[in-house]
Amino acid sequence: MSTTEETKTEVEHEAKKEGRSGSSFQQLLVLLALVAIYVFFMFAAPNFAQLGIAIDILSQSAYIGVMALGTTFIIATGGIDLSSGTGMSLMAVAAGIFLAAPPYWNLPLGAGLLLVLLVGALIGAINGANVAILGLPPFIATLAMMMAARGLALVISQTQTISIANPGYKNLVQGNLIPRFELGGSTIAIPNSVLIFILLAIVAAFLLNKTLLGRYALAIGSNEEATRLSGVNVRFWKMMVYIVGGLFVAIGAILYSGRFGFVQPSEGVGFELNVIAAAVIGGTSLSGGRANITGTVIGALIMQTLTKGLQMMGLRQEWQLVVTGVVVLIAVLIDIQRQRRANAA
Amino acid sequence: MAKLLELKNVSKTFPGVKALQNVHLDLNEGEVLGLCGENGAGKSTLMKVLTGIYTPDPGAEIWLDGKQVEVKDVNHARDLGLSIIHQELNLVNDLTVAQNLFLGRPGSHKGGFINDRALEERAAELFDRYGMRIDPRARMGSLTVARQQMVEIARALSYDSRILVMDEPTAALTGVETERLFELIRDFVSPTTGLIYISHRMPEIAEITDRVSVLRDGEYVGTVVTDEVEMREIVSMMVGREVSAEARPRTKRLSDEVVLKVSNLSSKNLLHDINFEVREGEILGFAGLVGAGRTEVARCVFGADARTSGDIEVRGKRVRIHNAVDGVNAGIGYLSEDRKQYGLLLDQSISDNAAMATMEKFHTAGYIHDDKIEKIGKEYSKKLRVRTPSVAQLIRKLSGGNQQKVVIAKWLIRDSDVLIFDEPTRGIDVGAKEEIYELLDDLSRQGKAIVVISSELPEVLRVSHRIAVMANGRITGFLDNEEATQANIMELATVGKPVVEGAHS
Repeated sequence: MSTTEETKTEVEHEAKKEGRSGSSFQQLLVLLALVAIYVFFMFAAPNFAQLGIAIDILSQSAYIGVMALGTTFIIATGGIDLSSGTGMSLMAVAAGIFLAAPPYWNLPLGAGLLLVLLVGALIGAINGANVAILGLPPFIATLAMMMAARGLALVISQTQTISIANPGYKNLVQGNLIPRFELGGSTIAIPNSVLIFILLAIVAAFLLNKTLLGRYALAIGSNEEATRLSGVNVRFWKMMVYIVGGLFVAIGAILYSGRFGFVQPSEGVGFELNVIAAAVIGGTSLSGGRANITGTVIGALIMQTLTKGLQMMGLRQEWQLVVTGVVVLIAVLIDIQRQRRANAA
Repeated sequence: MAKLLELKNVSKTFPGVKALQNVHLDLNEGEVLGLCGENGAGKSTLMKVLTGIYTPDPGAEIWLDGKQVEVKDVNHARDLGLSIIHQELNLVNDLTVAQNLFLGRPGSHKGGFINDRALEERAAELFDRYGMRIDPRARMGSLTVARQQMVEIARALSYDSRILVMDEPTAALTGVETERLFELIRDFVSPTTGLIYISHRMPEIAEITDRVSVLRDGEYVGTVVTDEVEMREIVSMMVGREVSAEARPRTKRLSDEVVLKVSNLSSKNLLHDINFEVREGEILGFAGLVGAGRTEVARCVFGADARTSGDIEVRGKRVRIHNAVDGVNAGIGYLSEDRKQYGLLLDQSISDNAAMATMEKFHTAGYIHDDKIEKIGKEYSKKLRVRTPSVAQLIRKLSGGNQQKVVIAKWLIRDSDVLIFDEPTRGIDVGAKEEIYELLDDLSRQGKAIVVISSELPEVLRVSHRIAVMANGRITGFLDNEEATQANIMELATVGKPVVEGAHS
């Protein structure tokens, strides 16, 4: 009798532990990995252990992180977005054209930003239509968009670097809404990009866990056919997910271009892989149905911490890529093992 | 004279299920032996044991030509001269006929290099020998099912098989193609070979077999000489026990009001002129063999698949149903035979699954009220007696019976008028089955119009007020529960193709 009691409480415990958006155990594991990596560099890299460096990591991971938030929704449906990297450069170029001084449009800041978001939504809608309505595999649809967006960015910029002198624009990303303050003898300045990243992460977590959009995204990724047969308009919701993905890429583009104040149309190639890696390290399953926003944020931070730490250790950039690759591999391996065990039980 | 083949004492246990129990079977030289039984009687399992796909439980004996053998695996079976042609053909559609014939076959390559020309020549010789006209260079996927099957037969014959097993070979064939197949079978059978023919179709059994062995519930019932018995006798051997009086529905339909009316429903490939009505509180059973088109009817009515014609009325009003969203909005709920693939989100909680078809009630401007979902999940878990520690439990961890209850909850929460159950107790153990039947009775008392598709005759008789029997994409008859027996249902379900088609033309 006692064994059945035990199994019962065990089951109850399991049920509580595994929430709808993946297990909190996985999230804990990712967080521990971040802490371990951070602590490692505190000892291995000179000058790494400073608050300023931590804030650097946060602000430098903001644009990849924000894009990864949107991609998390797409991956949750079992899809993929390969167009986020070059899509971002297209939108950054668009921002330049809308906001830069003549010969560009020199629009007011608000109008310019709104238009950038519109471009993002449009790119997302095209991806969504290709996937949800024409039935293209997401890999192919977004691969095509990745190429087209890269070309378009070069075309509309006439392959020129555009500098955005609009002071409001730079301030939006680099300014400090929170006034600088002294801590432990050094001046701490938290750039707005970090605040935007945190705010959007909260918004994304809310969308994923508390709204129809997130619930249906996970349902579609978990079992598209069962979701369709439950009377859910799967096409519509897939469209919405890709549009949301496009919007996050647009914000990523604003953060990226605002950081430097100028836009180069050929940048952004390959960023989509960092974006996907952030989500995957965070425990979002590439086969869909399981996603979590906290994980994605930590995933983006892990990648940037590695980059920064290895850089400060004096390791060449090429090696940084190798290490990042290995980390992605390990993260996914752990996740697969865990799932296998869960499914076997 | 030694038998060509003898199986003695064959048992096969799967975790939790005894699929075969001390089965005996023998095959004479030069004979076609029919193997009959209801779905799940163990025919396919037995043949898989014979051809080395399954290993039998200890104690089983297989004798070939009076010598005992142990079939180690599929290749070994082939070396012994045992070949099987499965109901599902094992072919690669994107390769050519010749490439398929020699796929994985020793001697089809030289050190990894493949000479397609040589393979094609060998294939052509093979087809010549058996009088088949098939182009070895044709892409497999471009052939009709009948021709694909011929390729399978040619492949089996090319291994110098002495014993050939055919599992439901005519399921996808037309009348003429079936005749061609029979010619091939007659050509194959010689004084040193034998063939085991598995089929549900009594007219075919009568035509092609010399003797018939019958299995029921994994046990051997007996063997008869085909010419000495009426097909009816074989059917009653298959169904065995008459269903006891208790195992009939405990409810009556509530009123004469027609809730669901389907007229002239046809689909592109299978269904032909399906007409039926379901009244308030009525349970209409759909009986028939696998492939008769019962599931297709359900999916077309619900909107999951396209139909070429047909009107659907719900409570007297014609409804436009073109997809599943329309079906759900029209008040129809479909509970698929494959719960895991079509009914449930395995990695989501009980309450999320239960609320899945009714999310519009549980949100405000997109914000989901999880508290309400949890509440309704608890309410229905209790109502339907889902055994779980918590409604946050993931569906994956529930038993089949409890999973089925969650799917039922999903459509009850949606408040659907019409519920279509496709094999409601598949994969559910015996104890839980009765619980599902009682749930169906409850739903009938509540006035739902219910369609139950089932391949298990006792189940159809247990739950249905009326029974529609299907064969080859058509309804071959309606039976009231009082007049229905397993035997007369089977008779309607095994009507041969020519009869069905003739009766309507």
